[in-house]
Amino acid sequence: MTDKNGFFDLSKSTLSRRTVLKGLAAGAGLAMAPGFVRYSQAQSSAPIKIGFQSHRTGIGAAYGRWYEKTSAAAVKAINDAGGISGRPVELVIEDDGTDPARGAEVVAKFAKQHKTDIVFGTLFSHVVIGSAPAAGENKIPYFVVSEGHHVASTKLNRYVFQPGITDVKSQIQSMAPWIAANAGKKVTQIFPDFAFGYDHRDYLPPALKAQGADVIAQIAIPPTESSFTKYFPQIPAETEVIYHVMVGPAVLTFVKELGEFYGSNRPQLFGFMDSLEATDINSPGLEFLDGSHFWEGSPRYAQADDSAAQKAYRAAVGIDDNGAAVGDPKDVSTASHMFGCWETLYVVKKAMEDAGYKGPEDRAKLVEATEALTEFAEGPEHPQGAKTFNGKIHQCFGIQNISKVEGGKLKVVHKTKIEDGLYEAEGDYTTQAL
Amino acid sequence: MSEVSPAKAYALHLGVIALLFVLSFVLPDYHHGLLARIMVLAVFAMGYNMLFGYVGLLSLGHAMFFAAGLYGAGLSVIHLGWNVPAAFAAGIACGALLALVIGLLALRTTGVAFMIVTMMFAQVFYLIILYFAVWTGGDQGMVVPQPARVLVLGAASFDLTNPTVRYMMALTLFSIVLLVTLAVVRSRYGRVLVAIRENEERTKMLGYDTFSNKLGAVVLSGTICAASGAAYALLFGYVGSSFASVQYSILPLLWVLLGGGATTLGPLLGTLFMYYVIDITSGYTSAYLLIVGVALILLVLFSPKGILGTIRQRWLGWLP
Repeated sequence: MTDKNGFFDLSKSTLSRRTVLKGLAAGAGLAMAPGFVRYSQAQSSAPIKIGFQSHRTGIGAAYGRWYEKTSAAAVKAINDAGGISGRPVELVIEDDGTDPARGAEVVAKFAKQHKTDIVFGTLFSHVVIGSAPAAGENKIPYFVVSEGHHVASTKLNRYVFQPGITDVKSQIQSMAPWIAANAGKKVTQIFPDFAFGYDHRDYLPPALKAQGADVIAQIAIPPTESSFTKYFPQIPAETEVIYHVMVGPAVLTFVKELGEFYGSNRPQLFGFMDSLEATDINSPGLEFLDGSHFWEGSPRYAQADDSAAQKAYRAAVGIDDNGAAVGDPKDVSTASHMFGCWETLYVVKKAMEDAGYKGPEDRAKLVEATEALTEFAEGPEHPQGAKTFNGKIHQCFGIQNISKVEGGKLKVVHKTKIEDGLYEAEGDYTTQAL
Repeated sequence: MSEVSPAKAYALHLGVIALLFVLSFVLPDYHHGLLARIMVLAVFAMGYNMLFGYVGLLSLGHAMFFAAGLYGAGLSVIHLGWNVPAAFAAGIACGALLALVIGLLALRTTGVAFMIVTMMFAQVFYLIILYFAVWTGGDQGMVVPQPARVLVLGAASFDLTNPTVRYMMALTLFSIVLLVTLAVVRSRYGRVLVAIRENEERTKMLGYDTFSNKLGAVVLSGTICAASGAAYALLFGYVGSSFASVQYSILPLLWVLLGGGATTLGPLLGTLFMYYVIDITSGYTSAYLLIVGVALILLVLFSPKGILGTIRQRWLGWLP
């Protein structure tokens, strides 16, 4: 708060009172904290504190729980291997209620009260966008695992990064070649009438056009809707592929009613796993999805050709071959997204070590060191696959999986290339002052 | 309230303002920032209290007035490049205009119907924000760019992202609204509003035009809430549809109930109390909203007039 003095010309008496109060507080603190001296001498081995902004409650709670599990596993793995620059890592968790206003408060709390080195782990886009100004104002690096395009749009600020999960624009773009070549060239989109749906509405048509396919109808469904049958007659008869990205509890009804509408003679179906994260693919009503295809970030089900790194990652996080918690088959994970927490923490480790990071005074160095990263090799630190990183837009790019529902499981049938998801940068964060 | 000495009431309020000013220099950083936010939201609660506490009209749609100020100010900066004073004025104007229109329509109803009508209008407002996502950012919201959040007054410029500037701006807004509220509730007009709350028919018989008095209260209430929303957008840099959701219509009601309806300082106390209960308990359990719920139930059972309302009833009858 040193900059406060610059605003008001405080009288000497106020200043001296403040000084006295500070002196008293500092003295009392020293007297009551015998460990203080020891701590300052041993600061180089003090833990690196990572503020984890968790969706423990609210709409994102299912994701939040698995994000915590994955992050705890990554921190354990990092600490078992010697920590970051020889210092142990400690997660400090605060619940943001999946609420943007509370999210901003939580970021400020990490920066000013917990005095964490960075903030990490947010998923929901509105919370990221609501919290980003607080991260910029507090000059605390904010590593999100959101998959929103908001970071790469360069509309946030220089302190916000997304190095561990690809963004939705890149994901959609990567899907287009496979859809056009394998599913069909006349596509009807069904999406929720809010921002998540709009990303798909806006990015899919140009991506398909480039592949010689067309979106022939776009059907937006209001978020308050609980029955969908009345929308299905809007699907053109010549539709070859239905591209669906409904999310939330209504997705079960959506699939069931779509099945009743089409019966056994349906067009190809292509969806995003966001619809069914933390939901058992074998839930009653989802039978209609058998034979359809989904985007997956990281495969939910263990695959025959899983790498050793992927196997080790799944074991460390505690998910079985069906993508559910070990010992609780009903506790289905959010596998398509949560790997991003694991990978982001390893990016933080790499950037901190590159920057020679010692404490909050080195946050600007950490930002620059992160921006200097260019690629991450597939391996134990990046089990989902290799990635490139664009330091100007603070966003990584990677491979995507297309999986087919077969016999109640998801089998990966295609992996995209990193190049499939690349696009022109929309700005440059590095021109902003630190 | 008529027998209360004005000096005593004003001294108390100026004392609270002075205390908040002094706190700026002694609070730890985090609480300093949190209190700035609480003061801005306490203004929202004061606006709500104007209608609920003094006129007895329970609205379930005040989020729309807060959001009108929030979007009025935020979008003026984002899309039109307006400066801070112009954007703030735009936010307030949006709220005042919306309150006038909603008041003209909703005041045709009373009681439960008024609650439902205001809630429906707020829902329409919320869905409009989602519908015009290209301009509003939809459910994700938008960031008010940091470089634009600078208040230029003559040769001086104040960076609203600076914690001290932000605190002082929040305190200035809070102080103005607090003193205006105090002046209004102590005025003839304020007493007419209380008379309407106590017995509208009798007030009519005494020759007062209760509709126009209530309409004035809705506009004043909506304007204050919009000022809070506009300040929130400019001071904290985010506009989002969650502020227009039903949750933000319920919150000011809870803050006012907690602090004490029809008390000038109750909204601040209620907002402060609720914020800190959530902030502290969320560090221990993810069931913190359960604790908030239990606290509210206990309050309704044992102290239905809220904290300051009870203090006024039992000990300090002169509290405004």
